[in-house]
Amino acid sequence: MTTTTVDGHAGEHAHGHHDDDHKMGFFARWFMSTNHKDIGTLYLIFAIVAGIIGGGISGMMRMELREPGIQFLQAWAMYSDGPGATLDQAYHLWNVLITAHGLIMIFFMVMPAMIGGFGNWFVPIMIGAPDMAFPRMNNISFWLLIPAFLLLLCSTFVPGGTGNGAGTGWTMYAPLSTSGSPGPAVDLVILSMHIAGASSILGAVNFITTIFNMRAPGMTLHKMPLFAWSVLVTAFLLLISLPVLAAAITMLLTDRNFGTVFYDAAGGGDPVLYQHLFWFFGHPEVYIMILPGFGMVSHIVSTFSRKPIFGYLGMAYAMVAIGVVGFIVWAHHMFTTGMSVNVKMYFTAATMVIAVPTGVKIFSWIATMWGGSISFRTPMVWALGFIFMFTVGGVTGVVLANGGIDDNLHDTYYVIAHFHYVLSLGAVFALFAGFYYWFPKMSGKMYSEFLGQLHFWVFFVGVNMLFFPMHFLGMSGMPRRIPDYPEAYTYWNQIATHGYEVMAVGVLIFFVNLIWSLAAGRKAGDNPWGEGATTLEWTLPSPPPYHQFETLPVID
Amino acid sequence: MNRITNGFMVAMALGLCALAPSAAMAQEATPAAQAPAVAAPAEVAPAAADNATADNAAVATPAPAFDHAKPVAGIGQPQSGEINFQKQFTSIGHYAYWMHSYILLPVIIAISLLVLALLLWVIVRYRRGANPVASRTSHNTAIEVAWTLIPVLILIGVAIPSIDLLAKQFKPAPKDALTVKVTGYQWYWGYEYPDNGIGEYVSNILPPEKAIERGEPVLLGADNRLVLPVGVPIKLIVTGSDVIHSFSVPAFWIKEDAVPGRLNEKTFTIEKPGVYYGQCSELCGARHGFMPIAVEAVTPERFAQWVKTQGGTMPGEASAEAAPAAATPAAATSNAAEPVSTVATTS
Repeated sequence: MTTTTVDGHAGEHAHGHHDDDHKMGFFARWFMSTNHKDIGTLYLIFAIVAGIIGGGISGMMRMELREPGIQFLQAWAMYSDGPGATLDQAYHLWNVLITAHGLIMIFFMVMPAMIGGFGNWFVPIMIGAPDMAFPRMNNISFWLLIPAFLLLLCSTFVPGGTGNGAGTGWTMYAPLSTSGSPGPAVDLVILSMHIAGASSILGAVNFITTIFNMRAPGMTLHKMPLFAWSVLVTAFLLLISLPVLAAAITMLLTDRNFGTVFYDAAGGGDPVLYQHLFWFFGHPEVYIMILPGFGMVSHIVSTFSRKPIFGYLGMAYAMVAIGVVGFIVWAHHMFTTGMSVNVKMYFTAATMVIAVPTGVKIFSWIATMWGGSISFRTPMVWALGFIFMFTVGGVTGVVLANGGIDDNLHDTYYVIAHFHYVLSLGAVFALFAGFYYWFPKMSGKMYSEFLGQLHFWVFFVGVNMLFFPMHFLGMSGMPRRIPDYPEAYTYWNQIATHGYEVMAVGVLIFFVNLIWSLAAGRKAGDNPWGEGATTLEWTLPSPPPYHQFETLPVID
Repeated sequence: MNRITNGFMVAMALGLCALAPSAAMAQEATPAAQAPAVAAPAEVAPAAADNATADNAAVATPAPAFDHAKPVAGIGQPQSGEINFQKQFTSIGHYAYWMHSYILLPVIIAISLLVLALLLWVIVRYRRGANPVASRTSHNTAIEVAWTLIPVLILIGVAIPSIDLLAKQFKPAPKDALTVKVTGYQWYWGYEYPDNGIGEYVSNILPPEKAIERGEPVLLGADNRLVLPVGVPIKLIVTGSDVIHSFSVPAFWIKEDAVPGRLNEKTFTIEKPGVYYGQCSELCGARHGFMPIAVEAVTPERFAQWVKTQGGTMPGEASAEAAPAAATPAAATSNAAEPVSTVATTS
């Protein structure tokens, strides 16, 4: 921490050397890193910081929603809009909070943790490669995220229409995000998305190149670990969908600033065009957030059942199928925009198709455990939680897929419940599972098993209390994105807020565990999980050497 | 890039052309109905001609001499601790409610319980203590085919009623349907009855004290309700004037986005008189949570009475010739203030 003034090119000498305690200063190592493991660590730290901010925002929202009426918003609005904030500015602040929560959790928490963090750390190791294909590009991928995140945070303090900050929702629908939001806030958010998108595209190019070209001798695609498969599919989704988002929000930008009318009906444009473009990106995006989780869960289930993955090829191609079909179902997010009956029928049917490969994955995980010899270590417990909670989130997705049913449920709390079951209880459970699974490998220390189990149970109870009542609120008609609600919705909202409190305790336990383990954790061996852990990372010391596989492993 | 955009344009065009089968029908009907449509307003509503609509709206606000109904708990509004949909009052609502309760809910509960049971079974049966030596099985073609095909069959079983429900929702409005135009504004609703010569009036949220005084739920009560007759097919034309809003009444199972530049259409028939509430369902800015929808459904006789108090007339009063006018909402409603609407419908 103290040695920040060191030769900036110290990293270069590592080429051809094999010294674990390479003489790199703190600054050179962490700010100019081209090492996939260090960059992965940076991504994980970034994701944790963003997760604290995004999770804090959801805490503010749950506080406000605990009772009907406006309790805290106006006081908080003083921080963003200055003293004497009006009620309208308070309402606007609500929209800023929901926007920031969504964007932060998606672009700055889940994606960096899954792809940037675990992907960077373990894809090269799992395929037997010394590093990523383009180490410097890997560096810029990470460092682009910082200005992107800062732009998003800064937007909160500049005018965005009724009050300060961008209050458009993470979807940024036109015309609310164009003529409806004067001021620089939305421009900053658009630029933030551009930069975060560029970061992800570079990362995707890097992963695709690495996986196609740098697999160890003998590791054919059909022998490649499923996590690498999941990141490969994810990288393709990123590569194809993000340019469409970039185009969509560039047109927002020009509509806002340069007088174009892409989304302005008065000039011959169409607000619904934006929604088509956005969701052409947005739907693959939800698979981008969950596919790496599928990969992680497969390894964890196999490791702790001491059994090879059941139906490996089916698992790999189910992910490919989910990726492909994920591109042709986007308009189920737009069932109420006035689409024709035929289009609605198509998108209803196509959306349901996704349930088939997803079902294959769920059943294959169970079949992997079937006949196994299961030990319930912390990662396995999280993976089991993931499988069940993701199933619950998945089946409500089948309900929402019905265009006719969606006429009632669209934009209600039912939708919030659905996507938090697949993300907050799906993706986040997978993240915690992966974190506990690989923490000994990454840090060389064991986590506390007791705190890990406690974390799981508290968090599990908390998120279910938080999100399950939202199904009821949605069916009973409560719309999304409102800071205040009719009195009848009080009951379930209070339970949800209490659920948040329980969940927050769970997150605290996680941090206690993290700090305790780093400071006083038992030393972890090369393979703390025993014979079930068969992928290449467990053949290396914990933590792995700065450069691994200088002699490539040969896979038979 | 251009090609991609073009592709979407085609998709959009498809969406627009088929905005609803009835939109196309309305257009076909237009040429024939052109002459009466122009003449109709004068004939039907001599007092409230087209250009008088603005004044009319201003006059109509106090709604004189019409006894408004009181809302009833459990009907048309959420209930505390509710775990199901609101009670439905349209045939589509009953069908969709049935489909959810008797097809979707059993299926998703069964699947969730199946997965839970299998998980519990492997947890108990194959824990290390009970099964110290793991098998090495990693393939079983028969079971893999089964768990691919059985979900396909289940989904087909779900898709059939689902497609049927969609087809019913898009059934075009009959000729005698009552056309009502709904416009979303930041942050209130505008309601207009072109068939009755009632110009647009505005519906704002009731302040909390007012709502309590009138016995209406806070945040749901509105100063001027959308008054609709029961038993008569309603053809709702929904549009937005500034940003996208969404007109939603959970008890009717309807939600239609109010998109600037588009005329979206929804047909339904309300079964029982009563007061039914909804809320704007698309984020539309600061007061998105504060632009409720309050529908008052009344008997046709009382509806006629209400129309009189608003200075309008019933189409029936001007005999059968008035009917074609009902089929041309675009012609009747698109005045100079809204050139945009016509662009969308004719594309």
